[in-house]
Amino acid sequence: MTINETQDEIIEEFELFDDWEGKYEYIIDLGKKLAPFKEEFKTEDHIIKGCQSRVWLHAELNGDKVVFTADSDAIIVKGLISMLVKVLSGHTPEEIIQADLYFMERVGLQQHLAQTRSNGLASMLKQMKTYALAFSALKN
Amino acid sequence: MMTTTSAINFDIERIRADFPILDQEVNGRKLVYFDNAATTQKPVAVIEALMNYYRGYNANIHRGIHTLAEKATADFEASRRAVRDFLNAPSAEEIIFTSGTTMGINLVAQTYGRHFLRAGDEIIISGLEHHSNIVPWQMLAGEKGLTVRAIPVLENGELDMETYDSLLSDRTKIVAVNHASNSLGTVNPVKEIIAKAHAVGAVVLVDGAQASSHLEIDVQDLDVDFYAFSAHKLYGPTGIGALYGKRALLEAMPPYMGGGEMIKEVTFEKTTFNDLPYKFEAGTPNIADVVALKAALDYINAIGKSNISAYETHLLNYATEQVGQMDGIRIIGQAKEKISVLSFVLEGIHHQDIGIILDQQGIAVRTGHHCTQPVMDRFCILGTTRASFAIYNTIEEIDKLVAGLHRVKKLMA
Ligand SMILES: Cc1ncc(COP(=O)(O)O)c(C=O)c1O
Repeated sequence: MTINETQDEIIEEFELFDDWEGKYEYIIDLGKKLAPFKEEFKTEDHIIKGCQSRVWLHAELNGDKVVFTADSDAIIVKGLISMLVKVLSGHTPEEIIQADLYFMERVGLQQHLAQTRSNGLASMLKQMKTYALAFSALKN
Repeated sequence: MMTTTSAINFDIERIRADFPILDQEVNGRKLVYFDNAATTQKPVAVIEALMNYYRGYNANIHRGIHTLAEKATADFEASRRAVRDFLNAPSAEEIIFTSGTTMGINLVAQTYGRHFLRAGDEIIISGLEHHSNIVPWQMLAGEKGLTVRAIPVLENGELDMETYDSLLSDRTKIVAVNHASNSLGTVNPVKEIIAKAHAVGAVVLVDGAQASSHLEIDVQDLDVDFYAFSAHKLYGPTGIGALYGKRALLEAMPPYMGGGEMIKEVTFEKTTFNDLPYKFEAGTPNIADVVALKAALDYINAIGKSNISAYETHLLNYATEQVGQMDGIRIIGQAKEKISVLSFVLEGIHHQDIGIILDQQGIAVRTGHHCTQPVMDRFCILGTTRASFAIYNTIEEIDKLVAGLHRVKKLMA
């Protein structure tokens, strides 16, 4: 699936919810189901500091695709991370660099990407693109 | 509608009507504003004071001889006298307008501290301090080779006064503590802290950011050397506050910033500094907000501090009981005397998740370390959820908070 196909799929899933509670229940559930993050990666250099919650991010190259894994100590952020990982992981650095992430806004979660939330999500997204740039530079 | 508690004689519906911001929906629910320790909302009287100033008599003060300048100057100085009365300071010259508590503390650190302290001297703060009352002293200590010591915090959130006694010595030159803690609500025994500091020859700065809207403040009774507060935490505008300092100390201190207003005479060889309080008020001050600060103080005085604290204590007790009953709740800060701050953790749930889900229900609380990381470290937590109450909050709103927290628990289960 392309990045946009995954985004559209998420948007479709969210159309099923007609209140905030259903939406957040779903996000919390995604958070709980996020693939476990290797304890050995929970180090200072993997941490993205937000004022409120902590986020860990790891990236590696598998063939020509970037594979992201991530974690957070707050469950809603973890659910949001799970969606970002689902959208961006498994694509080439170039695809990630060029990705236009519109799904957060379309599902009404844009406010969580605001810097003022200081939950590390905005910084995480930036960091994902930075990894992609680094992998792309490495290749060329 | 009058409140049901007999001890409290004010009309909560009328008070709420004074705060236009409260009448709105957030995420489809009626706003419940419980982030008052961060900043309080503003009554119409304060908003109008700002508007009237800009619409009617905006002018630079202390210089013009025209009518508008005279009116602006008169209101500016009337506000200084209102602050004097609010703190029961001996004179208006001992009231210096600042941008807020943070500036007041930095002013003392950078003038008194820099001028009078020597390498090896000690500053005592407490484990309950806001970063604003830690960092300025650390900066000074780094610059001058001083040591900063902290009074530890007991399990119930009160200061360990026995250890305070043992920290005091003839090396102690400044003691800087808050009157009430923003993260736990603890009211500190500042009068005792001050007397003991004076006994070893130290001066005391009290950070009154949290206490000023809740407690009666009497700087003469406390015998405090410096007292700092921010208007925005007592229903006044942001960006304005005041520092009280004893006259003899303020006179002995060098100025903080150089510029207009703070000078008597300037030649290229030498400048003579102006008298108090202008020596510490360089540049055109924040006139509009000073004027509106008086409106906030008048508003508080009209309701009466004792009514305010009786009502807020009633809210705090109810909230402590209702929230405290919930399974998995741990209340952080159970001092005998508290301002209306309820800080808690909910077992197994991150404070940020609590904040997000409460916000979805229109309830504004603060989550995190509240700029008091040492307090969080003391209790081995990363943060708390904090509900802090003001005069316009109600018992029904606390019920909404409790229902909201049950919803959080259900969603997170
Ligand atoms: C105890 C305490 N001290 C200092 C401050 C700093 O106040 P301001 O940001 O208004 O300067 C605050 C504000 O949060 C506070 O609660």
